[in-house]
Amino acid sequence: MSDVVERTLSVLPGLLGQHDPGVGPGGAGGPGRVSATSRLGSLIRSITALTSKHEEEKLIQQELTSLKATVSAPTTTLRLMKECMVRLIYCEMLGYESSFGYIHAIKLAQQGNLLEKRVGYLAVSLFLHENHELLLLLVNTVVKDLQSTNLVEVCMALTIVSQIFPREMIPAVLPLIEDKLQHSKEIIRRKAVQALYKFYLIAPNQVQHIHDKFRKALCDRDAGVMAASLHIYLQMIKENSSGYKDLTGSFVTILKQVVGGKLPIDFNYHSVPAPWLQIQLLRILGLLGKDDPRTSELMYDVLDESLRRAEINHNITYAILFECVQTIYTIYPKSELLEKAAKCIGKFVLSPKINLKYLGLKALTYVIQQDPNLALQHQMTIIECLDHPDPIIKRETLELLYRITNGQNVIVIVQKMLDYLKESKEEYAIINLVGKIAELAEKYAPDNEWFIQTMNAVFSVGGDVVHPDIPNNFLRLLAEGFDDRKEDDQLRMYAVQSYLALLEEEDALYPQKFLQVMSWVLGEYSSLVTDVDPEVILTKLHSLLKKTVITSETKMWIMAAVTKIASHTSCSKIVDRLIQEFSNSLDTCMRQYAFELKHLCEDKALMRNLLPFDGSCNDMVDASLSFLDGFVAEGLGRGAAPYKPHHQRQEEKLSQEKALNFEPYGLSFVSSVSSSGVTGRQSPTGLSFGSDTSGNSAETGHKETNTLKLEGVRRLWGKEGYLPKKENKVGKENEPQTVSCGSLLGGQVGDPPALRSDQVASLSEEDKEKQQLASTLFIGLGSNAGVSLMGKADTATQKFKRKSKINETQSSEEASDFQNSAASDFGPLLDTVPINMEDCEGDIRTRLRKASLCSSDIVEDNLAFETPQSLKKSGLDDRLPDSRLSQSSLFADSNIEIFQPSQNAQCESASKTPLVPCLSEELEELTHSEVVELCQSDALALYLCKVWTDDSLLLVVFVSNKTTSALNAVNLVFEEAEHFQILESTAYQFPVIEAQNVECCQKRVWMDKICTQGILSGSVNYQSEMETRLEFSITLSLVDFIRPMEMTTEDFGKLWLSLSNDVKQNIRMSSSQDSLPAALSTLQQKLKLHIVDIIGNEGILACQLLPSVPCLLHCRTHSGMLALWFRSPCSALPDGLLYQCQKVMEES
Amino acid sequence: MIKFFLMVNKQGQTRLSRYYEHVEINKRTMLEAEIIKNCLSRSKDQCSFIEYKDFKLVYRQYAALFVVVGINETENEMAVYELIHNFVEVLDKYFSRVSELDVSFSVSEIHLSVSFWCTFQFMLSSWH
Repeated sequence: MSDVVERTLSVLPGLLGQHDPGVGPGGAGGPGRVSATSRLGSLIRSITALTSKHEEEKLIQQELTSLKATVSAPTTTLRLMKECMVRLIYCEMLGYESSFGYIHAIKLAQQGNLLEKRVGYLAVSLFLHENHELLLLLVNTVVKDLQSTNLVEVCMALTIVSQIFPREMIPAVLPLIEDKLQHSKEIIRRKAVQALYKFYLIAPNQVQHIHDKFRKALCDRDAGVMAASLHIYLQMIKENSSGYKDLTGSFVTILKQVVGGKLPIDFNYHSVPAPWLQIQLLRILGLLGKDDPRTSELMYDVLDESLRRAEINHNITYAILFECVQTIYTIYPKSELLEKAAKCIGKFVLSPKINLKYLGLKALTYVIQQDPNLALQHQMTIIECLDHPDPIIKRETLELLYRITNGQNVIVIVQKMLDYLKESKEEYAIINLVGKIAELAEKYAPDNEWFIQTMNAVFSVGGDVVHPDIPNNFLRLLAEGFDDRKEDDQLRMYAVQSYLALLEEEDALYPQKFLQVMSWVLGEYSSLVTDVDPEVILTKLHSLLKKTVITSETKMWIMAAVTKIASHTSCSKIVDRLIQEFSNSLDTCMRQYAFELKHLCEDKALMRNLLPFDGSCNDMVDASLSFLDGFVAEGLGRGAAPYKPHHQRQEEKLSQEKALNFEPYGLSFVSSVSSSGVTGRQSPTGLSFGSDTSGNSAETGHKETNTLKLEGVRRLWGKEGYLPKKENKVGKENEPQTVSCGSLLGGQVGDPPALRSDQVASLSEEDKEKQQLASTLFIGLGSNAGVSLMGKADTATQKFKRKSKINETQSSEEASDFQNSAASDFGPLLDTVPINMEDCEGDIRTRLRKASLCSSDIVEDNLAFETPQSLKKSGLDDRLPDSRLSQSSLFADSNIEIFQPSQNAQCESASKTPLVPCLSEELEELTHSEVVELCQSDALALYLCKVWTDDSLLLVVFVSNKTTSALNAVNLVFEEAEHFQILESTAYQFPVIEAQNVECCQKRVWMDKICTQGILSGSVNYQSEMETRLEFSITLSLVDFIRPMEMTTEDFGKLWLSLSNDVKQNIRMSSSQDSLPAALSTLQQKLKLHIVDIIGNEGILACQLLPSVPCLLHCRTHSGMLALWFRSPCSALPDGLLYQCQKVMEES
Repeated sequence: MIKFFLMVNKQGQTRLSRYYEHVEINKRTMLEAEIIKNCLSRSKDQCSFIEYKDFKLVYRQYAALFVVVGINETENEMAVYELIHNFVEVLDKYFSRVSELDVSFSVSEIHLSVSFWCTFQFMLSSWH
């Protein structure tokens, strides 16, 4: 029996039942059973006896009414209240809201004795959610209980904190919980770690300063505390694996001990030592070892051991094995382990136990991307699973097939998916699968007909639940076409023909989205088909318009199509009839379309001009509406107010109504943000401002109409997928929809699969069929690894494209945010700030340099390269070993390396790399870091230098060619990072780098989402004999993006009042800086804050996060403490800065 | 990550529910009804994991009582499957003979929810 049982039983003092009247300790039913006479008992009994839902509802409503009366009566004792709470919990569980009791639950937790408190806390945790307003009332109780001398109370408080706690109140309990980490009882320590884990999840910035304590918890003598700390580590490593590589050894040791059965026996579950703990550790190791040969090497032994130990046949060992396999395939590969893991997967997949089979398929799906050969080994099993009676297994198998699809097997796999789709009813499954089919079809389609047919199936099966991207991408593909004009037209023609055929069927009902696609294609390209009279098409569209099932949105699409077709034809009765019919339509949009059509028909020349053939890709809309500038300027000249967006007008109205605005301002960007946005533009003042905002509003209006949004939609199919292959040309003759496995096989020259060798003779008919299917499915896998490699590269590029698209939209949204908030309600600042900024631009620069002069200490070890050039000599002794560490993390722990004389190191590195890059002259003048090496290979070396310019962080990347021949087409690509935004493009190409030469590229970076430290990674690839890729990562700190912000004390005051997010914290000052000015100058120098004013024992500072999010800081000293009070329009910024301040103050 | 933990009997009556991600009360009833429908539709020889919406259900049947856990993609189904059993073992020990509990008198469930909760908390520590 597991420890869980023992521990729980010891913790549970038979909590409730024993003290209820009528139930003696150890009463009839055992410790927890309720007597049949209790109120709750009778309630449950009567509910169970009921037969209909209606009766139940009536009974519960009665119960709730009586409960409501009881809980609000002042005479109700706490004991009775406790009982009421339990009944309320029961009612809520059945789905009847009992919000009237919430406040009483909190009261009970506050006032009751131990047992009552317990129920109170339980009720709170069940009733409330994270953002519930009543939760704030609990904070005081929690604080009180945390300070209690009674262990049980402390435990309860910690438990509730680890379940739900309001984010903004964390500072109130954090110190108390930190203390509990040193508590003598392990249960308290464990719960404290759990509470901190919760904090880490909801507000990572606030617990960043106690990372050392997590390490202590990891080394705790009690295994439970250690186990609890693993959750925090798993989470932290997920976010940033490179920061915890040094702990790999510890995790490996722990796993070794667990696997070796060194933990107390009560951690065992069915004689397997701490299985869930093992799984947790395996996951952590997988994350740490990913793409890192050195770290992976450390864990090979223990993984081998885990595989060996888990050979008992029990579900839980399967779970461990599954995790092992995943880890083995995640980390840097080692052939022996891979072999064993593959064997393990084989055992799973072949198992008659259905759950195990599922697990095996899941593992296979994961593994198959690394090793397609495995699919070949298990192809027969996969085929069997495809026809498995359990749809879940089928679906998992399709998922697997999706991963191994290539240009040669796409037809069969897509067919299988469509078959499944036809049976499936669950909406979510349909959306998911339809998306996958569309993706595969775009990527690998062998020919036009097949592609169009497949997409038709996607649209008709997927119906209106398909993701809007699918029709958009499809239409974009048709519109933009690819290199070959003739091919384009063929594809379009085929589409038109197939749609006409579909519309031929009178009664067929197609989903709206499909109809929209059809009508767009018909409108654009029907003129390509010469043998069909436009009248016929118009008739069809017209009959569609009259159907009642067609939504008005689809009608717009159809009308647009009619208009386009009408522009190519001379004169049409149908069009005239349409105009007549819809000129009186009650639908305003339809009426407008009809009128437009009417007027256009009267002026054919204009119409043709307006609707040129194949004009969908020509960008005719001037989104900035610059042609209105004159109008706007005129209006402004007459004294009209500049345009303000709706929400802003409302805000202003609100602020005028009240003398004091008690509403929080939310996340609006304040004046300084927008002001710089305005000044940053090329044409000054009102004119450009007017056109920008109006352009913005026009853009949103533009989006709402049904026009296709063509920007940033990925275009994949064209180049990669559409490569007509010889084998498929043969298969082309078959009607694509009726492709059967057999006929396909006839047309395709499959690689003979490995398993097929000599068994063929003895196979039954059915088996032969399966074999055939297998050979069509697994074609192109394994033996010709080139194909699968290509497939991989495909996904990589595709991912990249998608991401960049997201980013584009994000940044454009942001931009519009900025514009929207322009000229917000802090009028006076708007005028003053820009002037200020101009005035002291030069000043900032000098200050910046000064500040960074002293910044050597604040940066963490792995940021060592930030040391400014000027410090190079003096700081060399400390710094060099560190920067070497980043080169060779293998020696991260060895002290020998660190004490190596720095002179030597320098010589060494100098002799190794003759090509030491240096900054250009104009950059050399700015504040900048040392040039450090990022990574190198035989041919290339990458160096980085950070330059802190006024408006961004400039990353200067040097690429030096170490070879003796020139390198062509070297591509430098940064990956999209969650926290950072690279201005301009993320990629850079060096057309040629001469032998023994250095080229450099510059990228400007902003911090997009606030974090104290983040990683920007990227890669360089170049063509030598083969395509080579070199990866690197750059650590960026919040401080890199902080710049001082000059302002006057009055401005500070105004801005201060307008900001809503604040964070307060007291920091102990060290003896070296016990005076306020000393402390402030530390902050000024190290964090680049600007000191606005110092008055007595109070000081005010200001800074901004690039591009221009302000953050204000108010400091006050009292009795050796420095009280910091941050305010900013951005809620995460104060947290981040606070963390940096704490670090700076601790270090100095 | 575990999203919720349910105990529902064959008649569709919820015996215990605990959500680790906030779900509106009125949506809970619907969700529970659909989940039990899903579980009941499966036969013994089908696997104990169901893909449901964007998450997965892992269920185990004990007599007339289903224990269902909702998990997300990253979770290891088999480990959760065993976790359920572990939990039932705990109940079994605590109530001496848990198998009769739901059949005879479904009274204790609510108390279960209390005891379960502190019990489960500990196990969950390795999950949530």
